[in-house]
Amino acid sequence: MSSDVDYRLSQLDTLEAESIHIMREVAAEFERPALMFSGGKDSIVMLRLAEKAFHPARIPFPVLHIDTGHNFPETLEFRDRRVAELEVRLLIASVQEAIDAGRSVEQKGRFASRNQLQTRSLLDAVEEHRFDALFGGARRDEEKARAKERVFSFRDEFGQWDPKNQRPELWSLYNTRLHRGENIRVFPLSNWTELDVWDYISAEQLEVPSIYFAHRRTVFERDGILLSDGPFVSRGEHEMLFTETVRYRTVGDMSCTGAVVSAASTVAEIIVEVAGARITERGATRADDRASEAAMEDRKKEGYF
Amino acid sequence: MLRFATAGSVDDGKSTLIGRLLLDTKALFEDQLEAVERTSRERGDDYTDLALLTDGLRAEREQGITIDVAYRYFATPRRKFVIADTPGHIQYTRNMVTGASTADLALVLVDARKGLVEQSRRHAFLATLLRVPHLVLCVNKMDLVDFDPAHYESVRQEFTAFATKLDISDLTFIPISALNGDNVVTRSENTPWYDGPSLLHHLENVHVASDRNLVDVRFPVQYVIRPQSKAARDYRGYAGQIAGGVLKPGDDVLVLPSGLTSRIASIEIAGKEVHEAYAPMSVTLRLSDDVDISRGDMICRPHNAATVAQDLQAMMCWMTDQPLKRGDRLVIKHTTRTARVVVKELLYRLDVNTLHRDETADQLGLNEIGRVGLRVTQPVFCDEYRRNRTTGGFILIDEGTNRTVGAGMIVSAG
Ligand SMILES: Nc1nc2c(ncn2[C@@H]2O[C@H](COP(=O)(O)OP(=O)(O)O)[C@@H](O)[C@H]2O)c(=O)[nH]1
Repeated sequence: MSSDVDYRLSQLDTLEAESIHIMREVAAEFERPALMFSGGKDSIVMLRLAEKAFHPARIPFPVLHIDTGHNFPETLEFRDRRVAELEVRLLIASVQEAIDAGRSVEQKGRFASRNQLQTRSLLDAVEEHRFDALFGGARRDEEKARAKERVFSFRDEFGQWDPKNQRPELWSLYNTRLHRGENIRVFPLSNWTELDVWDYISAEQLEVPSIYFAHRRTVFERDGILLSDGPFVSRGEHEMLFTETVRYRTVGDMSCTGAVVSAASTVAEIIVEVAGARITERGATRADDRASEAAMEDRKKEGYF
Repeated sequence: MLRFATAGSVDDGKSTLIGRLLLDTKALFEDQLEAVERTSRERGDDYTDLALLTDGLRAEREQGITIDVAYRYFATPRRKFVIADTPGHIQYTRNMVTGASTADLALVLVDARKGLVEQSRRHAFLATLLRVPHLVLCVNKMDLVDFDPAHYESVRQEFTAFATKLDISDLTFIPISALNGDNVVTRSENTPWYDGPSLLHHLENVHVASDRNLVDVRFPVQYVIRPQSKAARDYRGYAGQIAGGVLKPGDDVLVLPSGLTSRIASIEIAGKEVHEAYAPMSVTLRLSDDVDISRGDMICRPHNAATVAQDLQAMMCWMTDQPLKRGDRLVIKHTTRTARVVVKELLYRLDVNTLHRDETADQLGLNEIGRVGLRVTQPVFCDEYRRNRTTGGFILIDEGTNRTVGAGMIVSAG
């Protein structure tokens, strides 16, 4: 081969090409897809990929936000601005509304979180809007049970995932066929790592919510995780407040998303930090995964993202 | 980026090796290691069982086996790696085939004490069937044979003899100890008689750019972009992922199935024009003529087009309990085209352990491989799998259950 050196694609370009291929496949083969947007970095990257995949046309599917009501205020403001820029339709499935309507029951006590209730609201939204494909920002490097997740992850009519009954995925050929009432979760970032996501944010100069960067915050420690003090968290008497310079590695429900001590205040500094990180993103920051070794697997089977 | 698939029979040390690679390249995180150490302690193991790191699902942890393909990630300053970790049992042939379908390299483990076993041959055969371009045979547990070169040599010679029956383009042997790390990341002092690279060094340096087909232009049209906005009213772009060749603006193209020709006006990635494009880039092509093109069409070069065929001969790996038989009607997905097929004939079933062809076979069961003749209801635009893995591979779907039931590799078409 004369000059094959010239035909090498960088890692980010390879990942981007694969993700765009996945998104176009969904747009071509499904009737009612939607993209789940949490305001976090993974969904920001996903939204950018969708923008690129269909340029100069608008993104041909709506954006769905499962709103726990326990958001970091920065995320909502950011969400609304991006959605307006891209002229995409925003759908909100509200956990609060589900509680008010009696479809969900709020957990009580010190470890109360709305994470489980998100599943209910998500499944309700799927039913209401008859979505047949939902893009999620999950990556396989996040957690053990996710390592076996397909890119196109089939869900039965109850929204459940059966790890023993997944469709084999060969080459880049995706089986998109469904029976009525079934749907597919699609994970275009499956092969990305946390570092790839930050490298991409840097390369594309994407804006991310300010809570990803180091800032001073009043926190308390629970099971080795730093939680933000605030209206949605019930802090025990012995859980002392202190001020720390922290940042978030994931953005989720304020009641169970922990902060990490960090001085990284730019994307470049975050990349250096992530490259040297010694604790997985979920392990550092998600109190809900710690409940048991198989916590994530159980929640996924129930229809969690 | 290098994608590799690992295979080995149970207890040859595959999970330990992957755990070792993750650990030594610092892809393992403290909390993951702690969780594994805790589980090992609770079970009463003598040492931390690195294999636990890669056993994802609860059923597997309980039974102590790996039942599905798991994907792992690690990176060194030179390269990012994606491992498709596939289980070894014969009943999981379909998982090995799945993992190998996207792999640049296959890594087969052999226990130095046991030497080559049936499974090692099967794994090597499957890797070559799926045309994984590079094969590495790791002779593991060298510590248990006192790093004796004779054990390594005998495996090497036996496998080399077997390999002449296969079409392997690049074969490498490495003596290792996954448990202790010999020749995994750095060269070991225990094997002065071995002058090759460590496994990681080999993975970092194996040359994969030339494995792609850069000669035959193949662009399966995936999606037609037609903005419904005033600003871009006349825009018409053909979006897709390049399956072969190098495309440049100004190139003449031929569109299948219409046979119409045109010229590439521009190649874009999200509005930015590029001077050339090649696999596996996802791009949007704009043509200088207004030709009618839709999803499932294929853009090629006028004097080098894909084969337009309804009759396919293919190697089939069967992936479901209900066996494949002559007369079966199924759905085929090939590049961006979906159509129906009828199974015309089963030419033979292959014994994946001995490579013996059984021409009397009248069906293919779960995890069996054979050569079949198919008739597709509409033409597909394809190449032999050996020339192009993207335009030569397809899946079969059962229309009743919607399951993916087979993986096919085109041997000939016409
Ligand atoms: N002595 C020695 N033991 C090993 C080596 N590699 C793996 N083992 C042991 O062999 C057993 C099976 O290994 P495991 O990684 O679970 O095998 P798998 O079934 O192929 O994944 C475990 O007890 C390992 O500790 C090695 O290089 N040397």
